[in-house]
Amino acid sequence: MQRSPATAPTIARLIEAFHRLPGIGPKSAQRLAYHVLRAPRAEAEALAEALLEVKDSTRLCGICQNITDADPCAVCLDPQRSDATVCVVEEPLDVAAIERAGVHRGRYHVLHGAISPMDGVGPEDLKVRELLTRLGDAAVEEVILAMNPNLEGEATAGYLSRVIGAMGVRITRIAHGLPVGADVEYADERTLRAAMTHRVSMDQQGDD
Amino acid sequence: MPRIRPIRTEAIVLRQRPLGDADRICVLFSPTRGRIEAVAKGVRKPLSKLAGHVEPLSRGQFGLAQGRNLDVVTDASTLDSWPALHDDMDRMTEALALAELVDRSTDVDVSSRPLYDVLRHSLDELASTKSPRAVRWWFTLRFLDQQGYRPELEGCVRCRSEVGPEGNGFSAADGGVVCPRCHGAGVGRRLSSPVFRLLRYMRRSSCEATAQVNVDADASAELERHLRLSLEQALESRLRSSGFAEALARAEMVGRDATSRVVESEREEQQRAAI
Repeated sequence: MQRSPATAPTIARLIEAFHRLPGIGPKSAQRLAYHVLRAPRAEAEALAEALLEVKDSTRLCGICQNITDADPCAVCLDPQRSDATVCVVEEPLDVAAIERAGVHRGRYHVLHGAISPMDGVGPEDLKVRELLTRLGDAAVEEVILAMNPNLEGEATAGYLSRVIGAMGVRITRIAHGLPVGADVEYADERTLRAAMTHRVSMDQQGDD
Repeated sequence: MPRIRPIRTEAIVLRQRPLGDADRICVLFSPTRGRIEAVAKGVRKPLSKLAGHVEPLSRGQFGLAQGRNLDVVTDASTLDSWPALHDDMDRMTEALALAELVDRSTDVDVSSRPLYDVLRHSLDELASTKSPRAVRWWFTLRFLDQQGYRPELEGCVRCRSEVGPEGNGFSAADGGVVCPRCHGAGVGRRLSSPVFRLLRYMRRSSCEATAQVNVDADASAELERHLRLSLEQALESRLRSSGFAEALARAEMVGRDATSRVVESEREEQQRAAI
């Protein structure tokens, strides 16, 4: 990023720091930096403290590998949740999304990424070994693969189904097809094909 | 000279990578414009109408407008979605290897109709063949030809003498077959007679015919080695997607190993408890 001589070096440093964040372009970085500059000192201190705290006090849960303040995390410690199902997701944010929907009462496992063959990201770069160790626990009866329905997600689900299949644990994958609110006329071939393949009987609708 | 008007082009989607919160950069391979990097806006949102049309390993018709740095996909419609390449892991692995080869060897704004046609035909075949790896072998030979690394299969690359089927070697560094005498002097790796014949057969045959050939495990491993070294010579590095192919081949063994490790540790625990 080009540095203007009219910008004080300390501000330029802050702009550069914001610009390094994902999804923040040079203009947004400038806006954020000047917002921090104009904000009361207490607000800037709270931001700085929050940034340091998140680096100092968070770690990965030793069981599900989700980001947590305490190990094991609250979800892994919750006695109300079933040990029989483990929902495997790509990222910590996926756990948050599924929890918001309240549709899974079992445990989770976070892989921290997806297999991306063309980028050279393989199973050894993800938390796959930790998952396999967990699955040795006889309590796990079903692994739900909740990967994104894209090429990386398919590669990850395909690999895991081969590995876990050899361990004799039941594997399922979340259905994919038309999202709520979509129009059939605009759907692409693959989405429609998936929707047709995974269609359900009207008797089953609403069943958990 | 900047392009003002939007263009329409047919293309195969080679790969994608995330951009910002909701966009992706798609790498397209067009027969008339070569490699194109274009932003598909909003495709990570659930209601995106574009998302399904810009998935890697699909062929479509794309509208592209000129953006500030990259083109922007304005509209897209799928011509071939090749579902089998997404549903079957072995087919997907081979298709990704083809896509990576094209991705790494093509340039922006360079027309490449012959390579496009070979890629499209190979992906068509991969979606239906019983022998996905044979399609990759066939494609690899054509790819090497078009990149200017056509392996010499008629005469010795060292002494130019004619070669028969027996006793030869293969030198990826020299670019082809080595006669028994030069091979005896330490040039190249062993090239067995069946693999020599198979290479020549693949050169003159169609993709469909190549996929019909029965190749035993030894010949397959040897051919893979020669082709891999030839590609490494052309690309000056290893194919990244080959790591996934190897991981997939080991997958079931990894699962069985994990089970036996657990059984072993349970046994040790029981023994400790008994003591």
